[in-house]
Amino acid sequence: MLDSAPMSTVPGAPVVTARGLVKRYGTFEAVRGIDLEVPAGRCFGFLGPNGAGKTTTMRMIATSSPPTKGELTVLGMPVERGREIRARMGVVPQENNLDEEITVIQNLVVYARYFDIPPSVSRPRGEELLGFVALGEKRDRMPEELSGGMKRRLLIARALISDPQVLVLDEPTTGLDPQARHLVWEKLRELKRRGVTLLLTTHYMEEASQLCDRLVIMHEGRILVEGSPRELVSREVPPQVVEALEPTPEARAQLAALEGIADHVEDLSDRVLLYGTDGEALLSKVRAIVADPSAVWLRGAGLEDVFLSLTGRRLIE
Amino acid sequence: MSAAAPSRRLLRLPDVRLRSAARLWQRNATIYRRTYKMNLLPNFFEPFLYLLAMGLGLGAYLSQVQGIRYIDFIAPGLVATAAMFGTSYDVTFNAFVKLRFGKVYDAVMSTPLTPEDIALGELLWGTTRAFIYGVVFLIIATFFGVVHSWLALLSPLAIALIGMMFSVLGLAFTAVVPLIDYFTYYWTLFITPMFLFSGIFFPLDRLPEWVQTVAWFIPLHQAVNLMRSLVLYGDLGAAAASAAWILVLTAALAVLPLNLLRRRLIR
Repeated sequence: MLDSAPMSTVPGAPVVTARGLVKRYGTFEAVRGIDLEVPAGRCFGFLGPNGAGKTTTMRMIATSSPPTKGELTVLGMPVERGREIRARMGVVPQENNLDEEITVIQNLVVYARYFDIPPSVSRPRGEELLGFVALGEKRDRMPEELSGGMKRRLLIARALISDPQVLVLDEPTTGLDPQARHLVWEKLRELKRRGVTLLLTTHYMEEASQLCDRLVIMHEGRILVEGSPRELVSREVPPQVVEALEPTPEARAQLAALEGIADHVEDLSDRVLLYGTDGEALLSKVRAIVADPSAVWLRGAGLEDVFLSLTGRRLIE
Repeated sequence: MSAAAPSRRLLRLPDVRLRSAARLWQRNATIYRRTYKMNLLPNFFEPFLYLLAMGLGLGAYLSQVQGIRYIDFIAPGLVATAAMFGTSYDVTFNAFVKLRFGKVYDAVMSTPLTPEDIALGELLWGTTRAFIYGVVFLIIATFFGVVHSWLALLSPLAIALIGMMFSVLGLAFTAVVPLIDYFTYYWTLFITPMFLFSGIFFPLDRLPEWVQTVAWFIPLHQAVNLMRSLVLYGDLGAAAASAAWILVLTAALAVLPLNLLRRRLIR
């Protein structure tokens, strides 16, 4: 079943379309009017710090939170048709919500039943999925015996038991160690190759640039920019960055004065970032100011620089 | 907008499907099956101990109540109580743990099931547990010679009805309480007083008139009357009156836990 290309409503039709989407909790506006179009068969990312509105947006797309205002269609259906949408969607939650009282394989069989998939189908499919997420040997274990990374992979297998067209993942690797994170990434890339549309939220730049074909950066309930990771970096920031770590107050003032030579200078609490096109030239200027050579280095611009230039804040705070 | 949002209305027509609700029932049954031998054994011991202590022990002093053997008098009420306890623990503590700590309902909410399906599934499961507890108690009690009417054959139906009523009451409470500690109120202010003052252990007919008027409104009192009418008196008319009372209350309140749970889960 994993090899079959998932059927799509209309070829090339967007999986999610949002127009003027708003979500309010009392007087607090978590999402403040966003427009979105998520193409089929790709990985689409929602990037932003905690409280940006990305999880709320995902909850609305997953039909577990009704929008306050605006239009939202998922798989060609308005979100009010939650049952039908959820039947074709897999959700990987941020928090583990496995059934702790039953074994790994039973978790898959019980979950499949919610989709009206009988055990005669879900058992072999579950075995196959456990193999896919490298948990084949844990089949008869209880969830509490699994490590954090294994639980996350089991949640992914569970979300795939109904052979969904769309997989929604809320911070799929938060709290995992680097090895576990890479294993999850590998599995997600494989799913994408098989034609599953992935929607994920993250506050890791690396995760977004590794996985996402397109992404939006959200901040305070709004979408700031949208594009592919490469597009965003080349469009929004100069290509080179010189970082100076913990400069003295005098050095800090001198570095700030380089604005003009550098395209842009970002003064953060622990470091100063200088953006420009000619990185080497910038580097020698900074070296002349900062005494410690190990505290200064040159690197290419990345997504975090995009976020920083848009909000003046670091993504992980 | 937020207060009157249609998904939060209490008298909204619930988005519920029996087949989906049955899926949640199956989930609970799967877990129960893993431990049923351990779970079921106390179900047999408890009635045995009750009947022994209350019926034979206390009954040795109170040999007759209204001209009836004491054990015969209390046994039908204890069957109703067993059904009440059978579901009440499940739809309060167990359901709350699934709601708040295990996040079981959150997981189910990302499948085609709705909160109303979940609520109905829990009600049906609570009813199932009440049925098991009540029927087991009745079977044990039969060996003490307390069944005096063929109408007792209708008991399984009556026990299921009683179970449904207490499932609806308990789950509605669960859907509104913010903390697990609040269940103490449900038990000490509702379940325990009912257990003591529903006419299980002593008849209410010698108490002041107002007590009997109040008693008419007590769910467990009606359940006790229903069981006693079937098992002891063989009074079909009285049984039907109590069954109708329970049915009306259950039907009138059934929409409550469904929509309250929706309100709790959809934000």
